[in-house]
This record gives sequence, C-alpha cells and structure tokens, in this order.
Amino acid sequence: MLSPAESEALLLSLSVAARSVAFNLPFAIAVAWLLTRTRFAGRTVFDAFVHLPLVLPPVVVGYLLLVLFGVRGPIGGWLHETFGIRLAFTGTGAALATAVMSFPLVVRSIRISLEGMDRGLEDAARTLGAGPVDRFFSITLPLIAPGILAGAVTAFAAGLGEFGAVITFASNIPGETRTLPLALYTALQTPDGDALAARLAAISLTLGLAGLLIAEFLARRLRHLLGR
Amino acid sequence: MLRVQLVKRRGEFLLDVDFCAPVPGITALFGRSGCGKSTVISLLAGLLDPDEARVQIGEDTLVDTGRRIDVDARHRRIGVVFQDSRLFPHLSVLQNLQYGARRLPRGTPAPVRFDDVVSMLGLETLTARRPHQLSGGERQRVALGRALLSQPRLLLLDEPLASLDLARREEVLPYFERLRDSLSIPIVYVSHQFDEVLRLATRVVLLDAGKLLAEGELAAVSRHPALREIVGPDAVGAVMQGVVEGTDDAGLTKVRVGDAEFIVDESAPLFQKTPGQRIQIQVLARDVIVAASRPAGLSVRNAVQARVVSVEPDVGRAVLVELDIGRTATLLARITARASEELGLGPDKQVWALIKAVSLRGHVFTAPAR
Repeated sequence: MLSPAESEALLLSLSVAARSVAFNLPFAIAVAWLLTRTRFAGRTVFDAFVHLPLVLPPVVVGYLLLVLFGVRGPIGGWLHETFGIRLAFTGTGAALATAVMSFPLVVRSIRISLEGMDRGLEDAARTLGAGPVDRFFSITLPLIAPGILAGAVTAFAAGLGEFGAVITFASNIPGETRTLPLALYTALQTPDGDALAARLAAISLTLGLAGLLIAEFLARRLRHLLGR
Repeated sequence: MLRVQLVKRRGEFLLDVDFCAPVPGITALFGRSGCGKSTVISLLAGLLDPDEARVQIGEDTLVDTGRRIDVDARHRRIGVVFQDSRLFPHLSVLQNLQYGARRLPRGTPAPVRFDDVVSMLGLETLTARRPHQLSGGERQRVALGRALLSQPRLLLLDEPLASLDLARREEVLPYFERLRDSLSIPIVYVSHQFDEVLRLATRVVLLDAGKLLAEGELAAVSRHPALREIVGPDAVGAVMQGVVEGTDDAGLTKVRVGDAEFIVDESAPLFQKTPGQRIQIQVLARDVIVAASRPAGLSVRNAVQARVVSVEPDVGRAVLVELDIGRTATLLARITARASEELGLGPDKQVWALIKAVSLRGHVFTAPAR
C-alpha cells in the first residue's frame, strides 16, 4: 500500500516523535514541579526561557542547537569527545530538536495538572509517614498522570510535524532524518512529485486524526480510574 | 497527657494558646469559624511552622522552639482526620487504609490491628471500593481508619462532621463515641457545633480570635459567659456530670448529680444505661423553672433545692440565674427580670429548680465515673 520511501518516512516520523517525548517527559515534569512548587530568584526569567521555543522561529531554535550541540559546540564537542556521540545531522538529533520545540507544551500541560491538584492530599500523606520522594511517586505523580498523558500526546502529535528545527539541526537525510514533513517538502521540490506529496499529506492527516482519537480514549480511561 | 503551647502570627491574626489534653478522652477545641482552631491542628500536625511552640506527648517532646527541637510531620505519628477526608482518589479503600501502616518504621509497636479497625468502623464491605464510590459518612469512617492504622500517639479530628448533613452525622457520631471509649491516646476534636462537643468531649478548650478563653471540664466551661455568646441564647445551658443509678419503674433513667437525683428521659438508643456509667447532661437555661417553694400538683419530674449564686442580665427582658445544687454542680435558668424581682432572687437565696424529664439530654460515656 505504501512505497518503501513512504513507509520509511512514516516510521522515521513515528520514531523521532516517540523519542522526543521520551526525552521531554522527565525534564518537563521536573521543570513544571519547580515552577509550581518552589519560589526562587530568577523564576520569572526561567519561566520565560522555558517558553522561548513557542515564540522563536523554529529555524532559530535549530540554529542555536547547532551552535550548542554541533560537533564543535560546547556541549556537542564534549559529548563527541567523551562518549563518541554525535547529535547534529542524526536521527537522535532530529528527536532532540523536536523535543526542544514541544517542551513548552508538555511543561504547560503538566503544570496545569499540578496547580489543579489538591495539595491537602500531600499533607495527608505526610502525616501518614511519607517522605518527599515517596509522596511524589505515590500521590503526586499518579494524580497528575492525566496532565502528563495529555502533554505527551500533544508533544507526540506536534513532533510528527516538526519541520524547521529538524531540517536546520539534523538536515534532510533520507532514512536518517527525512521525516514525513521533510519528505513532503522534498517531494514538492521534485518535478512530478505532486502525487507523492498528496499521498504523504493524506498519511499525515490520518495519523493526526488517529492520534487525537487515541488521546481522547486514554484520557477517559484515566479519568475513570481516578474516579472523576 | 498532651501539653501544647503555640504562638503563630499571620498578618493581623495572632494565635497564642496553651492547653493540655488528658489521656484517655476527647478534648474539644471549640470556637467560632476563624478563631484559629484549624491553625492549631496544622501546627500540631507539623504542616505549618510555629513562631514559638512547645508540644509534648507524655515524655516525648515533638516541638520546642527554645531548644530547636522540631520533629518532621512524617515522624510525629499524629493521626489526622480532615474535614474533607482527603482520601487518595487513585487508591482503593484498602490501599488507603494501608498507606500509613506500610510506612511505619520497623519495630514500631502496632497495638491497633487491621481487623479490629475494619470491624469497629464497619468497613468490611467497602475495602474494594474507590473513594468516589463512598458516601460522605463512609469517607470519614475510612479516613478515621486510615489515621488509626498509622498507629498514632495522638489523634486530631478537624471538624470531621462539618461537611456532612444531619443524618450522616448521626451515622458517624457513634463511631467516634466508641473510639473515645476504647482508645488510650489523647484525642483533640475541633468543632464549631456545640452538640458534638456535648456528646463527645469531657474537656473543652474555648478559643476566640486566636486566644484561649477558658479550659477545663465541660461542666465548668459550660457556664462560661464567653461560651454563651458563641453558642447563642437558645443553646445556653449548664452541663452536669452525673452517674447512672438505674431505671425507675416507668423506664426513665435515674442519674445522680452531686447530692441531687434527676430523672432523665433518655431517648438516644445507642448505649445501654447501666448503673455506674458516667453521663453528661445538658440542661438548657430556658427549660429551668425557679420556684420559691416546692410546688405540688405539677407534671414536672425533677425538683431540686438550689442556692442562687448570681443573677445577671441576659437577652431582652430576661435574666440568667446561676444556681448551685450542691457538690459544685450548677444550673443556669433564664427567667424574666420581672419574675426574678417577684421572687426576690439574689445571692444565697434558697429556691427550688424544676426541670421536666423530657427536657434533659444526656450523653453516656462508657468509662466509669472517676
């Protein structure tokens, strides 16, 4: 049904989006927790910094990643020399660029859950002998699970379509970083590529719709489990 | 014995209290909403930091700001039942009950047994449910069980019935009564409903605007002028502590208070009234009739000799007469100022106090009289 190039782009998109979500979640939970539960100097600046990818052109994000994580960049250079890891122009790099772009969305979603959670439940757990880490994993995390899930689904869906940051930082390498939108863009640049572009657009559409329906189903299940 | 000294400033509000709670028994923290009762609970539980404090349970010091002792809330082993129950919504009733028990340090003495708590609180059929499948009363029973199973040294009940309607309160109250009579740790019960205090507590700490107004046995605090203002004129009345003597041939309960004997039409069906049981009886001031001599030909069951202690102005055209009926037992009677003048009431005047048996509300404590 799908040509090898099409299924390659589809699988790559799914893989990049999934890896970007995996990158994102631990950091997003930590940042959302810091922003809702602690007061520290420079919190406002930190908050603004976290939201930067929402307002910056994706190409700028890709460029900044190239500066920082390129083989000659301060972080990228260190990673390359110490572990032999290269991020720029790789699939992992594409996932990183995607993760940075969707990070504010995930933080936002988790943060709303944290703010809406009844903190009295954490107090109750404390009087019952639970320490801070115990309280986080036994009470807080399960109760904000719907927010985490919503954030993850949004990030995954947005990640399938990330274009600017990926093409800048990870380039457009077939089988490595050429995800669906990049393949679509390439098809449009090619003579007689119209039919392929249309098929790729249809795949994206189907994927997006399926994603939204699955998210809704999961959210209902979770709400039911939490008794709301 | 629990000893508490707390100071906490919050903007304009200053909480400054100092009280004790004996073991066993319920000490009620009573006062209007916003008087600082719940702040006391948060400070005791360690969920709020005091400005100055000393809290001791028996020999153990939990907080002493002077000596820089401050045991973290999770290590205090204080069970708290909150007004809104705070059951964990993602856990079953069973998991909620086990939450505290699972986190006890190894070697902690665990005198409270799971099966006993479940049967005492009637939770057998609820364990598989989730909190949202419980009624308000059931939720509070589970919250109480959860607190008990954490093997507390002190139990704090923060308006546990305030969010329930009257019928639900009646459903939960007997469990608190049973708990009070079977537990050997101090219980602090916060409430702004005087009838709950009357039914459960033997000792009362009266708070207003962060200050302690009175502390002592319920019988003594019930005559305190400040209490009259808080409960409102219709609920003013003295509380007497007595001992059940038995039942008369008409099935009414005979209660000895000091030198006097009262006939009580006890309609609360919860406890067997057996001789020797301790009972607290509230006599509303508006239900007491004052007579110059013992009258005949009246339906009234109780006539006791009394000495007038004081006559004070009360609401409207009424006065409040404090009557000594012997052995420190006291009655309050609200009569019109006109009647008081006609009877020539004044300190040390000997009179008769008349009370209908059906006006007496008694609350039995299974603990024997001290």
